[in-house]
Amino acid sequence: MEKDFKITATEGLHARPIALLVNAVMPFEAEVQLTYKDKSVNMKSIVGVLSQGVAPGSIVKISANGPDAEPLMQAVSEIMSTKGIGEEC
Amino acid sequence: MLELQGIAVSDGIAIANAYCLVEPDLSFEKFFVSDTKSEIKRLQEAITQTKKDLQETLVMAESKLGEEKAAIFAAHLLLLEDPEIVGAIEAKISNGMNAECALHEVSTMYIVLFEQMDNDYMRERAADVSDVSKRLLARLLKVEIPDYSRLSSDIIIVAKDLTPSITAQLDTAYVKGFVTDIGGKTSHSAILARTMGIPAVVGTKNATACIKHGTKIIVDGAAGKIIVDASREIFEQYEVQQNRYLMVEQKLAPYRSLASISADGYRVEIAGNIGKPEDVEKILEAGAEGIGLFRTEFLYMERQRLPDEEEQFTVYRQILEKMQGKPVVVRTLDIGGDKQLPYLELPSEMNPFLGYRAIRLCLQEQKMFRSQLRALLRASVYGNLKIMFPMIATVDEFRAAKELLYEEKKRLVSSGAAVSETIEIGLMIEIPSAAIIADIFAQEADFLSIGTNDLIQYTVAVDRMNENVSALYQPCHPAVLRLIKMVIDAAKQHGKWVGMCGEMAGDKVAVPILLGLGLDEFSMDASSILKTRAQISKLSKEQLTAHIETILKLATAGDVESYVQKHLTSAE
Repeated sequence: MEKDFKITATEGLHARPIALLVNAVMPFEAEVQLTYKDKSVNMKSIVGVLSQGVAPGSIVKISANGPDAEPLMQAVSEIMSTKGIGEEC
Repeated sequence: MLELQGIAVSDGIAIANAYCLVEPDLSFEKFFVSDTKSEIKRLQEAITQTKKDLQETLVMAESKLGEEKAAIFAAHLLLLEDPEIVGAIEAKISNGMNAECALHEVSTMYIVLFEQMDNDYMRERAADVSDVSKRLLARLLKVEIPDYSRLSSDIIIVAKDLTPSITAQLDTAYVKGFVTDIGGKTSHSAILARTMGIPAVVGTKNATACIKHGTKIIVDGAAGKIIVDASREIFEQYEVQQNRYLMVEQKLAPYRSLASISADGYRVEIAGNIGKPEDVEKILEAGAEGIGLFRTEFLYMERQRLPDEEEQFTVYRQILEKMQGKPVVVRTLDIGGDKQLPYLELPSEMNPFLGYRAIRLCLQEQKMFRSQLRALLRASVYGNLKIMFPMIATVDEFRAAKELLYEEKKRLVSSGAAVSETIEIGLMIEIPSAAIIADIFAQEADFLSIGTNDLIQYTVAVDRMNENVSALYQPCHPAVLRLIKMVIDAAKQHGKWVGMCGEMAGDKVAVPILLGLGLDEFSMDASSILKTRAQISKLSKEQLTAHIETILKLATAGDVESYVQKHLTSAE
């Protein structure tokens, strides 16, 4: 399953919001990818997500694949909205 | 018992465990491993241990620095769990590479990747990867890395030298003293120690080689002595001395609220030198009557880009408000020479102290300079601001700097901003050429401030950082004294006030001479203020002035010092 998010964090995806996101997806078994500008990275990898250099206001696609993909996606949505990182679109 | 001798730069006695700041040796060999499984296990164990270290640092940083600043360690932890990084290292090990080498190759790849990104923020992340891989490598090699942000008991710092970047990380609440291998009276560690009011001995040559991390040592700041492996009796002796020292300080306490007046009723001003807003409390506590030198460099150092006008304005305003109408002399940016800014990318020079620095740089980098001037002008309504320009060698430079200041003032006023009408404009006299024509400067400036650290260095042609020639760095060199007399006389002749903001202003041999010469303002580190006020209260200005002619005819600095000790220690 996949969802698009618009990044609203003022500085884009910097270390701090990324740390929150990576921590949120880590406990799940499902594989999870973050796609930005046609490039996909493992979302459990902080260097992977960092290297994307996601700018504020841009859209990223998050796709999860595995038995617990659904709760994983819920966890992502929750962190995105409660920590002011991004919003579903 | 082992005694080390160095240069005494800050008084006091400290007794605590040595904390050695040594760059750990993280060199390793590349070799082939056949048992790749146990090599991977070795890696994983090192990762687990490093995670534990980081978690401790994180908890401590959260309580000390707050959650926001501590977040960086949470990111570091994730780097250690990063499947891309760990996976890549393990893959290399599976091909027979040893763990150290595999870690080095993978981290280098990411460091290069981040360094090449076209965004400052991402480039800085290279430092995070490098920091974490250093910690992990140390664990693999079983080498201990000192972590100066994680102090929890009193310590004495022992280092080759202290750089501003190390001291910025130090938790100063636990630092009771400094010992360094190199350096002199005016090196960074010496100045910092005096600001903090703790003892320091520098230039010991081999302290880092002789003192083991964690051993209890004694630093006798006044004698420039360090005692390692002392007996119980010696420790007890020093504890007694330490108490006596504290009592002397208490004796000085009454001077805190007194004016600075000589025995014959001549009034001077004793001000403090500061480098950071936090120093304001220290100098006020010590009874300073103003700030004679605010070094603004801290606003520009330890960061990745220039501070904006707003940020500077906030700091200047805060300091002026804290001083509640007492004079605050701000020195405009004095960068270059030994103080470099990574983001300015200045070319390296053969002779940095004679090169592109301070006002020379500011008059070229006008955008940067104007933003500092604007911030100062806007802050001026919140207190008693005086502005001075550093490293002025010619009248042209002083006029050009003043012109920029007036231009910015005009602009601010016409845009409706409030600017004080009574800001005094002066300059540092720290180059012999400026001292010699001080009479001309005194006509164009509101005040003169003698910066002795550089004035001595340029007059005697001695690099104050070079220990091989540091004996030539003589505040009481007759040539230096004659130059100082010229400057003070010139200021008086034109009805301007004259101050001094170098180390010399608080030097017990120099103070009687300076008072005799008629210096108006003595600005010094917090730790010297009360001592100097007490000393001045026992001296007679009139008697001292009578000795000046004789002193200025003495041949050597040594002659001057013994003359002062013999004749000028107190009013008869």
